[in-house]
This record gives sequence, C-alpha cells and structure tokens, in this order.
Amino acid sequence: MTETAAASEKQSYLAAIEQLKSEESPDWLRALRDAGAAKFAQLNFPTRKDEDWRFTNVAPLVRSNFEAISAPTADVDAAAVKEFSITDASWGELVFVDGFFSPELSRIPEQAGLTVQSLRTAIANGDASLQQHLGKGLNGSATIFGAMNAALAQDGAFIHVEKNAAIESSIHLLYVSTGSAAVATNVRNVIALGVHAEVTVVEDYVALNGGQPYFNNVVTEVFLAEGAQLRRVKIADENADAFHLATMRVHQDRSSGFHSQSFLLNGKIVRNQLDIVLDGEGAECNCTGLYLTDGDKLADNLVSVDHAKPNCQSWLGYKGVLDDASRAVFSGQVMVRRDSQQTNSDQLNQNLLLSDKATIDTKPLLEIFADDVKCTHGATIGQHPKEIIFYFRSRGMSEAMARGMLTYGFADERVSEVTLKPVRDRLEKHVFKRYSPIQD
Amino acid sequence: MLEIQNLHASVEGNDILQGINLTVNPGEVHAIMGPNGSGKSTLAQVLSGNDAYEVTEGSATFLGVDLLELPAEERARLGMFMAFQYPVEIPGISNAYFLQAALNEIRKSHDLEELDSLEFRGLLQEKMDLVAIDRAFADRPVNQGFSGGEKKRNEVLQLAVLEPRLAILDESDSGLDIDALRIVADGVNKMRNKERGFIVVTHYQRLLNHIVPDVVHVLYKGRIVKTGGKELALELEKKGYDWVKEELATA
Ligand SMILES: Nc1ncnc2c1ncn2[C@@H]1O[C@H](COP(=O)(O)OP(=O)(O)OP(=O)(O)O)[C@@H](O)[C@H]1O
Ligand SMILES: [Mg+2]
Repeated sequence: MTETAAASEKQSYLAAIEQLKSEESPDWLRALRDAGAAKFAQLNFPTRKDEDWRFTNVAPLVRSNFEAISAPTADVDAAAVKEFSITDASWGELVFVDGFFSPELSRIPEQAGLTVQSLRTAIANGDASLQQHLGKGLNGSATIFGAMNAALAQDGAFIHVEKNAAIESSIHLLYVSTGSAAVATNVRNVIALGVHAEVTVVEDYVALNGGQPYFNNVVTEVFLAEGAQLRRVKIADENADAFHLATMRVHQDRSSGFHSQSFLLNGKIVRNQLDIVLDGEGAECNCTGLYLTDGDKLADNLVSVDHAKPNCQSWLGYKGVLDDASRAVFSGQVMVRRDSQQTNSDQLNQNLLLSDKATIDTKPLLEIFADDVKCTHGATIGQHPKEIIFYFRSRGMSEAMARGMLTYGFADERVSEVTLKPVRDRLEKHVFKRYSPIQD
Repeated sequence: MLEIQNLHASVEGNDILQGINLTVNPGEVHAIMGPNGSGKSTLAQVLSGNDAYEVTEGSATFLGVDLLELPAEERARLGMFMAFQYPVEIPGISNAYFLQAALNEIRKSHDLEELDSLEFRGLLQEKMDLVAIDRAFADRPVNQGFSGGEKKRNEVLQLAVLEPRLAILDESDSGLDIDALRIVADGVNKMRNKERGFIVVTHYQRLLNHIVPDVVHVLYKGRIVKTGGKELALELEKKGYDWVKEELATA
C-alpha cells in the first residue's frame, strides 16, 4: 500500500484527533491521548497477512472512512430504548447514545462501596481511581484500533468497587447506536474491583433503525484485585451493516474470578477480543460465548489467556451457528509460562454450519512452557447425530423440523446458562425467533 | 391392525430378522420375549422406520397401509409409537417443547387444531401426573441427565401424550424399581382400549403380572419360534430358554 493511500484511510480519524487536541483536558489524560495518537499515526491497519487478522478482512471497514464524532448524531428518548432497557429497579442502567453517556436515560445505582460514572464525569471529577487505572491495561497488545481508541475515546463507563464490597445490583451498560450517520465511536470502559469485591456487569450493544453503517471501536479495561469476582455478559446486536471491534483486557490478581458470557448476534463484522492475564495464583477465568451469523456477516472471537502464575484455571467454551455465506473465526490462544505449574486450561469450540457456503476457521494456539499442566482443546463442526434425528422422526416430526429444533436447542443451551433473568429472557426470545421451527 | 409376513432385515450386512410373522389386532397386548441379541429391538426399530436397518424381504401393513413404504415420521403420524430401549438425550431441547411439536405434527396430519403452549401445558401436566413424573421435568432437556428409570418413564409419558394406535414398548421395564414398574404398568393399562394395540418387549414376567398379555411370543435368532398365552411367560420365567432351543433342535 502506498503512503498516501494509507494516509487517506486514516484522514478522518487524524482530523478528529487534531480536533480533540485543541480541547481542554487534564495533563495525565492528554499524555495518554498523545501516546495513542502517535501510535495510531505510526501503525497501519491490519491486513490478512497479520496473524491475528488472517481470517478477518477489515478492508471494508477501513475503506468506509467513518467520521469520528464528539456528540451523538441523533436525539434518542426513553421510548426509543424501551425494548432494550431493563426496568427491574434492582438494576443500575447506564445508557450511551452513539457512544456518549445520556444521564436522562440512565439510572445510576447507589450502593456503599460502588462508584459508577460515565468516563467523562469521572475525568471531570479527577477521579483518582480512574487515573490509576485508565490506560494501564495490558501492555503489548496495542493494535491500531486500540491506539485509535486511546487517542479518541471521550466517554464510556467507569465502575469501581471497593475492597470487600459485594454489589447486589447488576449494572446494565446499554450502548445504543442510532445508525443515523456513518460514524465511528470510540468507547472506553474501565472496571476496577478491589480486593474481594464482586459485581455483575452487562455490556449491551444495540442498534436503532437509522439504517446507516457505523463503527463501534470499544476498549474495556478490567482490573481484578485479589479474590475479586466479575461476572460479565456481553451482547453485540448491532445493525447488519455495522462494524464492531471490541477488546477487553483483563488483569487478574491472586484467586480472582472472571466469568464472561458473550453473545454475538448481529453486525457485518464483529470482532470480540478478550486478553486475559492470570497474574496471581489461583486465578480463574471462565469465558463462554455464542455467535450467530448469516448473510455475508462475520463473527470473530479471539481469546488470549496468559497463564502467568501457577495454579490458575481457564475455560473457553464457544459455540457458533453459521448460516448462508457467513463466516466465523474462533481462536483460543493460551500461553503457559515456564513457572506456571498446575495450570489447568480447557477450550472447546463447537460449530453448526447450516449452509454449505458458511465457513468457520477455528484455531487453538497453545504455547506451553511448564511441564506439570493439564491443557485440552477441541473443536467440532457439527452435524446433528443420526440417532437423534431418528428419535424426532419416530415422534412424527420431519427431518427438517428436527434439524431446526436441534439448531435452536444448540444455541439456546448457551443462553440458558445466563442467570440474569431479564438478559436471558431477551436472548431466549432472540434465538427462539431466529431458529425455532415452531413459533408460538 | 398390524400384519407382518416373512419379514427379513439386516443391519450393516448382518441378517438379523429371518422371517418374522406376526399379526396384532386392535385391543390386543402381545408380549415378545427372547434371549439377548435375538432381534427384538431390531424388529421394533424396523417397524418404526429406522433406516439404519434394511428390510430385505417380506411385508408389513399397518392399518391397511404398506408400512415399509412410509418414512418414520409418517408412521408416527399414522399411529405407530416405539418406546426406545435406549432413549437418546437431546441437549438444549426441553421435554415440553419437544412433545408439543411432536403432538402438533401428528394432530396436523389428522386435520386437527394445533395446541398452543398453554393448552399443551395443561395436557402435559395431566399426563405427567398419570405416569407420576415430577412436573419440573417439563422444562428439562429431553432425557439429559435423567436416570435410566426416568428415561423409561419419560418414554411412557410420550406414549401417554401422543396416544398412538400401536405402541411398541422395548424393555420399558428394565432398570425400573418396583414402584416405578407399577407406575409404568398402571400408565400403560390406563391406555389399553379396544382400539389400541401393544407390543411389549420384555425379559421379565414381573411386568406381565401387571400388564397381562393376550399373546406371548418367543423370538430367537430372528424368528418367532413359539407363541402361546400368558402362561408361556410363566414357563419361560421358571425354565429359561433352553427347553425352547431344545424343542427347536429336535423339531
Ligand atoms: N446397529 C447395529 N450394528 C451392528 N449390529 C447390530 C446393530 N443393531 C443390532 N445389531 C445386532 O443385531 C442383533 C440383534 O440385536 P437386537 O438389539 O435386536 O437384540 P435384542 O433381542 O433386542 O437384544 P436385548 O435383549 O439384549 O435387547 C445383535 O447381534 C446385535 O449385535
Ligand atoms: Mg433389545
């Protein structure tokens, strides 16, 4: 690629970076943004020659020249987000419109030991914990999209849970894209849990029916101190033309637990990346996911787990249903360092291909430098077993119906593992409508 | 209602059924007994249309229709039902969802109204009570994590919901404790009527104490080698199969 072509692809983002530089901001933040900007200028957008992007071609995204914005592109009222909103009063809910916090639509939970703010508010308040954590997520994973986010992020969610605080209310982070203009949003979330703190967070990306393509570039930094437990559900239900690239970086201290369930339901290209460092003995991460694709869409799950300390456990269980000419990628990268004895790491990627044209690229990558470890991996590209099909037919159902019901069951199984009722209900409705051959 | 003549069937190149003749009339209960591996389950599978088995010779008509021409689902819609010896587990699909779909497919084929979830729930609970299955099972995935006995009872629950014309029970009694056996037998007995036929495959007289058969057959090496009344089952229980084999050898 020529220099000028590369420059023109970045132009709209570079312009936004310049614009943001001219605005007032505290020095510590300015330094972070400048570092991001420098990195962004220096790096190129990935191509399929880059190992982590081998199966995911972002050229259509790069070509789109989305405009990075500093404010929502349309007004949104409560009625418009009602179908996604969680009304249960025990929940806290932060609503973001095109990446920007909307106080009117939100319900901040109040509980001792819990701080929930928009990133913008936390910056304005000079929150010490935010300063301590923002941009301190994993090193070495700085991609051009991460750099763009560092340079341009202005809003997002900041959640801090103090030592020993077990937060009863769950927090719903609802990111609404209006689709009213071809824009790029850079959301940055920071979730920091003190020693033995606990909380449940739902990251929910949805689209209104503006119909325009857009680009959500999300970075979430998670810090789990000793014994802290984060339960997290992520939903990406973008519009069919949208790009969604999200990276969550999780740093886990001794005996902490990270429990993630992700559901990729819609979007032209959805990349769901998890970078986890198990950096204290006894830390554990359980990451499950379900991705559903059709048309010419692509869902890409990249999960990397660094077993940096002994006695840690990781579990990656991802399931996908692929229809039409859609594609999906799963890559589970597990690194077990030399001294990380007694590591236990398992991964299983199960896929159902509903069409001959659908493709799945699944590749475990295990780098194991310790000798006393138990690591497994497996992948299936499924056919429904004949005996099960016959069981349905022996009860009066056609083979087509059996396959439909089994597909629904395959997807619903992952949904049924969600314990948060309003979230499970919504997901259940989605998979039922999408796959169940009987509708009533 | 069921007429089988000279039925031969093979699986993976092995001839298993070697000329079965059997007639079941409406309202009758036929017991089929016989040593392990004699072909009892094969007969049940062939009749319900499992195409892993190949019919190589003979005929079978059911309610006047050439059974062997019909795909499995159409046999079921016509009123054929088999309670499996080894029911499969179906992850992700609840009992209620599965059975509602099955019942509605069968009803549709008879031009009957489909039942909606609410109506079906009512029916299902009534039938669950009939076979003493905890109502919580309605929302559990079909057979998944069920004990051996629970699976067998779940088959009988399906039988009760689908109300077939002919029910083949393939060892529905094995693995059941005495109470469960009585419940299953009571459930079956409640379903007995002038219209409905049963083929009960079993190794044990104890089931036949509860479900009293009209006819007892011995299946051996792919053939029905002996047929008698309910006292034949008692005799088999007492003496085993050796005397039948000896009779055969001397015949
Ligand atoms: N799918 C199969 N592939 C190969 N052989 C089979 C298959 N199914 C059945 N057989 C063989 O056919 C024969 C009859 O088996 P079948 O299951 O019908 O016996 P059964 O009378 O039901 O025995 P049991 O009392 O143990 O249930 C056995 O020798 C069995 O191994
Ligand atoms: Mg058998």
